[in-house]
Amino acid sequence: MPAYIVKRLIAVVPVLFGLSIIVFLVMALIPGDTATAILGAYATPENVERINRDLGLDKPLVQQYLIWIGNVVHGDFGRSFALNRPVLDEVLERFQATLVLAGVSLVLCSVIGLLAGVVSAVRQFGWADRAITFFVLAGISMPSFWLGLLLIYLFAVHWRILPASGMYAVYGGGDLKDLLIHLILPATTLAVVAAGVIARLTRGAMLEVLRQDYVRTARAKGLPERRVIYCHAFRAALVSIIPVIGIQAGFVLGGAVYIETVFQWPGIGAMLVKAISTRDILLVQGGVLVVAASYVLFNLVADVLQSMLDPRIRT
Amino acid sequence: MKRLFRSALAAAALVCAALAAGSAAAQTPPNVLVVGQIAEPQSLDPHTVTATNDFRILVNVYDGLVRFKDGTLEVEPALAESWDISEDGKTYTFKLREGVKFHDGSDFNAEAVKFNFDRMLKKDHPFYNTGPFPLSFNFASVESVKVIDPQTVEFKLSEAFAPFLSNLAYPTGLIVSPTAVEQHGKDYGRSPSGTGPFQFVEWSSNQRVVIERNPDYWDGAASLEAVVFRPITDANTRVAEMMAGGIDVMVEVPPDNLATFKKDANFAVAEQAGPHVWFGILNTKTGPFADKRVRQAANFAVNKETLVNDVLQGTATVAAGPIPPAFNWVESAVEPYPYDPEKAKTLLAEAGVENPQLTFYVTEGGSGMLDPITMGAAIQADLQAVGFTVKIETYEWNTFLGRVNPGLEGKADMAEMAWMTNDPDTVPYLTLRTDAMPDKGGFNSGYYSNPKVDELLQKARISTDQAERGKLYGEVQAIVHDDAPWLFVANWKQNAVTTVAVQGFKLQPSFLLDLHAVTKQ
Repeated sequence: MPAYIVKRLIAVVPVLFGLSIIVFLVMALIPGDTATAILGAYATPENVERINRDLGLDKPLVQQYLIWIGNVVHGDFGRSFALNRPVLDEVLERFQATLVLAGVSLVLCSVIGLLAGVVSAVRQFGWADRAITFFVLAGISMPSFWLGLLLIYLFAVHWRILPASGMYAVYGGGDLKDLLIHLILPATTLAVVAAGVIARLTRGAMLEVLRQDYVRTARAKGLPERRVIYCHAFRAALVSIIPVIGIQAGFVLGGAVYIETVFQWPGIGAMLVKAISTRDILLVQGGVLVVAASYVLFNLVADVLQSMLDPRIRT
Repeated sequence: MKRLFRSALAAAALVCAALAAGSAAAQTPPNVLVVGQIAEPQSLDPHTVTATNDFRILVNVYDGLVRFKDGTLEVEPALAESWDISEDGKTYTFKLREGVKFHDGSDFNAEAVKFNFDRMLKKDHPFYNTGPFPLSFNFASVESVKVIDPQTVEFKLSEAFAPFLSNLAYPTGLIVSPTAVEQHGKDYGRSPSGTGPFQFVEWSSNQRVVIERNPDYWDGAASLEAVVFRPITDANTRVAEMMAGGIDVMVEVPPDNLATFKKDANFAVAEQAGPHVWFGILNTKTGPFADKRVRQAANFAVNKETLVNDVLQGTATVAAGPIPPAFNWVESAVEPYPYDPEKAKTLLAEAGVENPQLTFYVTEGGSGMLDPITMGAAIQADLQAVGFTVKIETYEWNTFLGRVNPGLEGKADMAEMAWMTNDPDTVPYLTLRTDAMPDKGGFNSGYYSNPKVDELLQKARISTDQAERGKLYGEVQAIVHDDAPWLFVANWKQNAVTTVAVQGFKLQPSFLLDLHAVTKQ
C-alpha cells in the first residue's frame, strides 16, 4: 500500500508540470496583456512598454517560463503583478479559506447524501423515498448561486439571524464561533448539489446490494434489520460510493468559485477569477497548481479508502 | 432510522439557534464605519494603483501637497501651505506645512517630497524597483525636484503644464513615508504609512482593510474611531449586506436597487456628478462617419434621455461634449444634441447615404463603462430606426482595449468608450488631437483632426490663468460638439447609500471618498 501511494504521488509531478505549461500558454494566447490590464484606459504603447520592462514581461515567452519554473523548483513562486505580493503567501492564505469551506460542505453533503440515500433505498417507493427524491432532484436542479442569494435574502436580510457574507465579523470577532456562523450559509449552499448526487448514487448502490443473496442470508439468520442494513449492505455499497465522493470533492472545490463570489468568501476561487481578468499570470499559475494538486490528492484518498474497504481492489 | 433522523435534525436546529442567539448577526460596531467596496484594493501604495476603488481608501490614509476643495475640482493647500509659480510656468515652489509627522513617526519635509517623486520618475532611484508606477506619466514633465530647505521644495518642469497642480491633487500625488518604503521595500503596499486622518491597522486578504483615527492629524482628528473597507464583488451580495445591516456605506449601487433605497427611510442616498464621460468613438477617417453630417445624424438619432433615464435609471446625465459639466469652471453653454430622428434622416439624405452600414464595438464591461451591453443595444436600435444598419461585435474589456486603442480603421466604425479624469486637459489631449493618433502613442482611435482644437488645447495646457483656461476649454467643447467625432452619450453620477446613522457623508466630484468629517451615531 505505501508503495502504491508513493507511486501515485510521483505521478502527480508530470501532471502538474504539463499543466503549468498549458496554463502559461493559455494565458499568453488569450487577448489582452498584464500591462493593459494594469493601465486600463491609459495603456499607450509607451506606457505598456515601460510596465512590461519593469515586470520582465518583455523577454521571450520561453525564457519567461524557464525563469519561472527555475524559481519554483527553489520554492519561489514569484510575485503577483496586480497585488504586488508573493504569490505563495496569497495562494496559501486563500486556499486555507477554500479548504475550510469545501471541507465542511464535503462533510455536510456526505452525511446528508448518505443518510438520505440509505433511507430512500430502504423505504423504496414509500413516502420517505418520494419526499427525499423530490428534494434531491430540486437540489440538483437548482443553480447554486441562485440558492445562495435566496438563502442570503431569507436568513440575512429578512430574518437577520445570519451574516450575509464574509468569513469573519468585520471588526473584532475572529474566533471559531464567528467562523461557524459565517460558514452556515455558504457551506449549505455548496453542499446541496453534491448531497443530491451522493443521495441518488447511494440509493442505487443500496438497492443493488439489498437484492444480494448475503443480505437475504443475514436476514434469514435473524439479524436485526438495522445491523443488516448498516453492517452488511451499507458497507458493501460504500465501495462504489466512495469514489463518487472523491469526485464530488473536486466539484465542491470547483463550485466554490461561484459560492465564494456570492458570499464574498476569501477563497482561492474568487482569487482565480480576479487573477485571470487582470492577466496576473503568476498568480493564476500558483492558484491552478494548488487546486490541481489538491484535486489529485482527493482522488488518491478516495482510491485508498476504497481499496481498504474492498480487498479485491488491493494490489 | 426515523429516530436517528429526528435527533440529527434537532441537533442541527439547536446548533443554529445557539449560534444565532449569541451573535448580533448583522450589526456594525459603534463609531466604526464599515464601507462596502466593489473589490479588494490592489495595493495601498498610492503610486502603484489606478483604480477608483483603491483611491477611496488611500485618500483617507494619505495627504498630497494639494487637494481638491470640498465639492469642487479646484485645488487648495494640503501638505503644502502655499506655492509660487514662475512667470514661464515651469517652476513651482511649495512651502510645506510644519510639524507634520507620518504615521510611522518620521517627519514630513522637503526630503520626503523629493523621495516620493524621485522614486516614481528616476529609473536609477534605489526604490524604483518597488513599482511599477503606471500613472507616473502624470508627472512626466517634472524634470527635477529640489530641496531648498526642510520646508521648501521646488519642482522644475520641462515645459509649462497647467494640469500639474490638479495632478498633484490626484491620488498619484499622495505622499508616502520614505522611512516606511525603505523598511518594507516591495511589500510597502501592505504596510502603508502616510500623514492622513486615518492610519493603517490591518489588511486581511479579500476580507477587510482596517484604518483607525490618527489622533494627531494636522487638520483636526476625525470623529470616527475606525473605518473598515470590505470588498464585496457581487453587486447583489453588496445590496443584501446593506439591507441586512452588515455595512454602513455602500458605493456603486446598481441602478435597479437605487430606487428601493430612496424609498426606505432607513437609508440615505448620495449622488454626485463627476468628471466622467461615456461616448462612442466614431471612425472619422474611413466609412460613413468620415462625413460630418453622418456623425451629426448619429448624435441626433440616439435618444440619450432614454439611455440615462431608463437604461441607467437616472444614474447619469446626458453629455453635451467631451468635457464633463463637473468642471464647473469651464465656461460652456453647449447643450446636448436633442433627440430628433427626422433631422437625422434629413442629414443622412443630404450626405447621400440613406442606409449606411456600421460595425459597432461593444464591451462586456470595464472601468467606467456602466451598462455597456444594454446601452450598445439601445444605441443600435435608435440608429437602425433612422436607416443605419448596425452590426454589434462584443469583446471582453482587455481584448476590447487591445482592438480599440490601435485605431478603428479597417475594423469598425464605432466603439464604446469611457474616461474619468481630474483635469479637462486629459481626455481631449489624449483622444482628440492630431498628435494623439494611435500610431503616435495616443488614444485618438477615431482619427479626429482639427488644427483649431489642437491649438486651443496646447494654449490651455500652458496657461497658468485658470479663468483663461476655462474660456479655452469652453471653445474646445463647442467646436468638438459641432464636429461630432464622438457620439456624446452620458456623464455618470457616482452614487452611494448610507444608513441614516451616518452623518456628514458627501461624495466628491473627484470620485474620491473623504471620510474625515463623517460621524456615526
